[in-house]
Amino acid sequence: MTETITAVPYDEAIARYEPLIGLETHVELGTITKMFCGCPAAFGAEPNAAVCPVCLGLPGSLPVTNRSAIEYTIRIGLALNCSIASWCRFARKNYFYPDMPKDYQISQYDEPLCTDGWLDIVVDGIDFRVGIERVHMEEDTGKSLHVGGATGRIHGADYSLVDYNRSGIPLVEVVTKPVPGTGTLAPVVARAYVTELREVLRALGVSDVRMEEGSLRCDVNTSLAPRGASQWGTRTETKNVNSLRSVERAVRSEIERQAAVLDAGGRVIQETRHFHEESGLTTSGRSKEEAQDYRYFPEPDLVPVAPAAEWVEQLRATLPELPSARRARLQAEWGLSDLDMTALGNAGALDLVADTVTAGATPADARKWWLGELSRHANESGTELAALAVTPAQVARIAAIVASGALNDTLARQVLEGVLAGQGSPDEIVAARGLAVVSDDATLLAAIDAAIAAHQDVAAKIRNGKAAAAGALVGAVMKATRGQADAARVRELILERLGQAYPLRDP
Amino acid sequence: MSITREEVAHLARLSRLALSADELDRFAGQLDVIIAAVARVQEVAADGIPPTTHAVPVTNVFREDIIVPPLGAGVVLDQAPAAEQGRFRVPRILAED
Ligand SMILES: [Zn+2]
Repeated sequence: MTETITAVPYDEAIARYEPLIGLETHVELGTITKMFCGCPAAFGAEPNAAVCPVCLGLPGSLPVTNRSAIEYTIRIGLALNCSIASWCRFARKNYFYPDMPKDYQISQYDEPLCTDGWLDIVVDGIDFRVGIERVHMEEDTGKSLHVGGATGRIHGADYSLVDYNRSGIPLVEVVTKPVPGTGTLAPVVARAYVTELREVLRALGVSDVRMEEGSLRCDVNTSLAPRGASQWGTRTETKNVNSLRSVERAVRSEIERQAAVLDAGGRVIQETRHFHEESGLTTSGRSKEEAQDYRYFPEPDLVPVAPAAEWVEQLRATLPELPSARRARLQAEWGLSDLDMTALGNAGALDLVADTVTAGATPADARKWWLGELSRHANESGTELAALAVTPAQVARIAAIVASGALNDTLARQVLEGVLAGQGSPDEIVAARGLAVVSDDATLLAAIDAAIAAHQDVAAKIRNGKAAAAGALVGAVMKATRGQADAARVRELILERLGQAYPLRDP
Repeated sequence: MSITREEVAHLARLSRLALSADELDRFAGQLDVIIAAVARVQEVAADGIPPTTHAVPVTNVFREDIIVPPLGAGVVLDQAPAAEQGRFRVPRILAED
């Protein structure tokens, strides 16, 4: 499909139009088995190894609902401040597609399990309350490979190959209300919402929330209205946006495209659009009007779900501390500014620092290591902090050895290098490399005398009262001891040796 | 109430059924009879009687989240009309544009 429209630069688009966004997020639940049968739900099995008559839609098979999937969904609803329906049903959504062998998807339609909640996020210091319209359950479909044709896509393919391992995996769809008032922040708000939702789901332990494996995927709705207009514009739905960065880019590019359509006096068509990772642009998919006749009706093979109030309250009691509350608590405990907290979050270091503190390090030490040396390593190797080959416990141990005086920072960095290189635990590396601060004054004095002999001019300056010149000698001694000396002690001894010091402690 | 020929054609398309012109006329008439029969229920459905989708008022039938060994790829693909690379082979999904 060719579209010859030229996008309007983002700032111009926002100057003339007010965006309205909404998000639908699909989450694969981390249950052990599928939604309506006992097949294992784990990712990565051989194709079609995890299928049975129910998830293959064979005649005569009957679905039975997974209790854990219902409980996970209720807990998600509670964490998002939703009301839990006291009675609701599944529905059949009828359509034909080979990755759905029953020719209908069991879903929820007009009776979602959870409704009317919210999730608070903060963007650039501004609070946004994102309304949650509904949280409902459905089942995932199988996965198709398209064979023939140049692109591996469905268009132009000769035939397709289907793996039903994902068929019947429990899915939860979290649908927001339209989010007004985001203005120029719309793309960032969309991203922040998905980020926070992912944190909540992770804290609940209901999904592994891996976007790259498709266990969390977003459809992004965007519409524009001229500033001051009394009515919202027509929205488009951008499907299967599969990374946080793409969520932001998809909203942005839709704003730029729709502004161009409206500027040209055109009309935005209500349609599904596809996001392209490489270009960051969306292209038109099938038009919504045609695709919507799903002939929903109540699923006759399943009985209604009617969670008793006591059950819901039991589940509420299992909710963990939610991410926003946890962040507020840690910020207070660690005495950090908003800016410091944001930096920790952006670096992906919050959990690592928290775990390092739990393992015994001070918050200051934990932050210093993760945001300093370890962030540098992660940057250089192009990985995330959490993927580095060092555990919070090991970082805490290194900090503890430094605090004991047995290592200085220079040596501690060498120990860290060793841990990252897989050479063992901090203590093993200290022992194997014989790393320890040289605290034996006789050894230090020998090195100091050698340094004085080699730098007579500097020594003379110090003797004449220029204590500041001692830095050059300290450097020489540190070099001679391969960094294993305590620099402060070396300086003290040099000054003493050259008749300048009032010793700060007994030699 | 009556089912039009166009509605039958629409339903046939959604159901991927290729119906001839004769069949469209015939099924429109037959569906009309069925709908009329079902509509009679509305005559006896008094206010205050909620619609039912189940004959037995049962709720909350669940299974525990415990694995039941699946059939395995060999068994299921043996039954497939066509299989390739451990997957079910299905005909072209979209016609060429
Ligand atoms: Zn199954």
